[in-house]
Amino acid sequence: MAAFPHSFSSRLLTGWVGGCVWYLERRALLESPHKFMHLFRNVNKQWITFQHFNFLKRMYVTQVNRILNQQVKPKPKPVASPFLEKTSSDEAKAEIDEMRPLSPLSPSLSIKPDEKQLIELESASTIEGSIDVGKETKEEKQWKEMKVHLDDLPGILARLSKIKLTALVVSTTSAGFALAPGPFDWPCFLLTSLGTGLASCAANSINQFFEVPFDSNMNRTKNRPLVRGQISPLLAVSFATCCAVPGVILLTWGVNPLTGALGLFNIFLYTCCYTPLKRMSIANTWVGAVVGAIPPVMGWTAATGGLDAGGLLLGGILYSWQFPHFNALSWGLREDYSRGGYCMMSVTHPGLCRRVALRHCLALVGLCVAAPVLDVTTWAFPVVSLPINLYISYLGFRFYKDADRKSSRKLFFCSLWHLPLLLLLMLTCKQRPGEEGDKENAQS
Amino acid sequence: SRFCPPRKSHHDWIGPPDRHSNLRPVHFFVPENESSLEQKLRELRQETQEWNQQFWANQNLTFSKEKEDFIHSRLQGRSLGLGVESGQKTTLSAEEMADFYKEFLSKNFQKHMYYNRDWYRRNFTITFFMGRVVLERMWNKLRQKPKKRSS
Repeated sequence: MAAFPHSFSSRLLTGWVGGCVWYLERRALLESPHKFMHLFRNVNKQWITFQHFNFLKRMYVTQVNRILNQQVKPKPKPVASPFLEKTSSDEAKAEIDEMRPLSPLSPSLSIKPDEKQLIELESASTIEGSIDVGKETKEEKQWKEMKVHLDDLPGILARLSKIKLTALVVSTTSAGFALAPGPFDWPCFLLTSLGTGLASCAANSINQFFEVPFDSNMNRTKNRPLVRGQISPLLAVSFATCCAVPGVILLTWGVNPLTGALGLFNIFLYTCCYTPLKRMSIANTWVGAVVGAIPPVMGWTAATGGLDAGGLLLGGILYSWQFPHFNALSWGLREDYSRGGYCMMSVTHPGLCRRVALRHCLALVGLCVAAPVLDVTTWAFPVVSLPINLYISYLGFRFYKDADRKSSRKLFFCSLWHLPLLLLLMLTCKQRPGEEGDKENAQS
Repeated sequence: SRFCPPRKSHHDWIGPPDRHSNLRPVHFFVPENESSLEQKLRELRQETQEWNQQFWANQNLTFSKEKEDFIHSRLQGRSLGLGVESGQKTTLSAEEMADFYKEFLSKNFQKHMYYNRDWYRRNFTITFFMGRVVLERMWNKLRQKPKKRSS
């Protein structure tokens, strides 16, 4: 339920090629045009290709994949065809991936004046599957009827509920459930996952409902369903209610009242505290970290029926993780935050932003040591998790010292794999009920 | 830009993002038998759209302008100090821009507070009215059915 871009992590997973394209796509979005001179000095080949990327005004496109470094010929005039049907699918794919972020930024692209011709072309031309992003770009320039098509509704609702982020939240809940002591109860596990998923969908939908004009103005969020008018605010709120009510009821009666209460509290915290607070005070980051910490605690309370030190420790680990993750991410979004009126540490207190990120990287080391002390895991866990914890702390330190885009991105990327790996290590080192007794026998 | 939806359409139409405000304008459909509640809703949405458009267009233009001014003043200061060199950096890094971002945010803080409050209020009101309109339409449909049977 933390409002962090799930799209980053999901896209990373599609592989390095996809990662390169996405990475550079983000750069094109985030870089102001003035930066290119600064970047041009960088000897790194990858950075230099950005410059070609940023020069898309001249209609040149460079294949961003490191392996294929070709330069596609300039885009033909839109009268001919904006869809580049004659180019190879690889080139077309590269161009499309890169076209998408730029068209909203550079409305001076010659497509706009020829709208009528484009409309005629669209009905006549055959569009290949791989160039559907080109179509999307053109559609953005056209007016669309605000009518809900039932075929599109599942996709729209998935984006409204930030389904990928919800999936990550549910996975942290599952980790909490699995790490809790006691026998693993499958029905309870499924009910918990479903209930948490529904609660997360509801919270994310309300968040988008509140933030329509702000999302419109930020590159990261401008393609959300409410921004694009794909559904009405009424439908969004109704959907959120239809998720929240069954979700909380499921957790309260299907699992236990404590888990239900935590779920309801988290929805409230995210929608009524975190979301408005984003525009009022930097305290929103701490509130958001709590929002991210509660789901694994919910998993724990679902399994054990109560809240004890082990559950709180798990919440603590997630809480601390949020800071390097979010602070590093927000470093690159300062312009958008400033223009949109968001109060983030990266804009108002940049020193604090980096200090807090580093502090919490180090806290993770300490929390991992506390895990065997509280009988959540064996003593193997702090040992095996030390390398990754030291690595993220090192990146946190680099971010603290260098305070630049490169170090912030490294830290952010690291946080994306650090958490799943840490949870996995925790699961493998989970304290089994018999082991404690054996240790005592060995000592006596 | 003038936009005319097709005659047979009975829905609102939403356009591409505005160049200045990044908000998508909506062309509202006026049904023949529009009730007073529906009219009130449409007018509120129209007015909110214009209010939003004005705020964000102004906000974004002010941001661009002040950003340009900031960059020019910084670069001028630098060139005065160092003397004009060929191949001199003509842009500012993100770290140098950070001062501007911080200043801009704090300058506009109060403005955003008022906007946020008004936006939340409008958003709730519009959604509430949408709910009322839906209920009204459902109620009218239910009332029409028994009348048809009796006549």
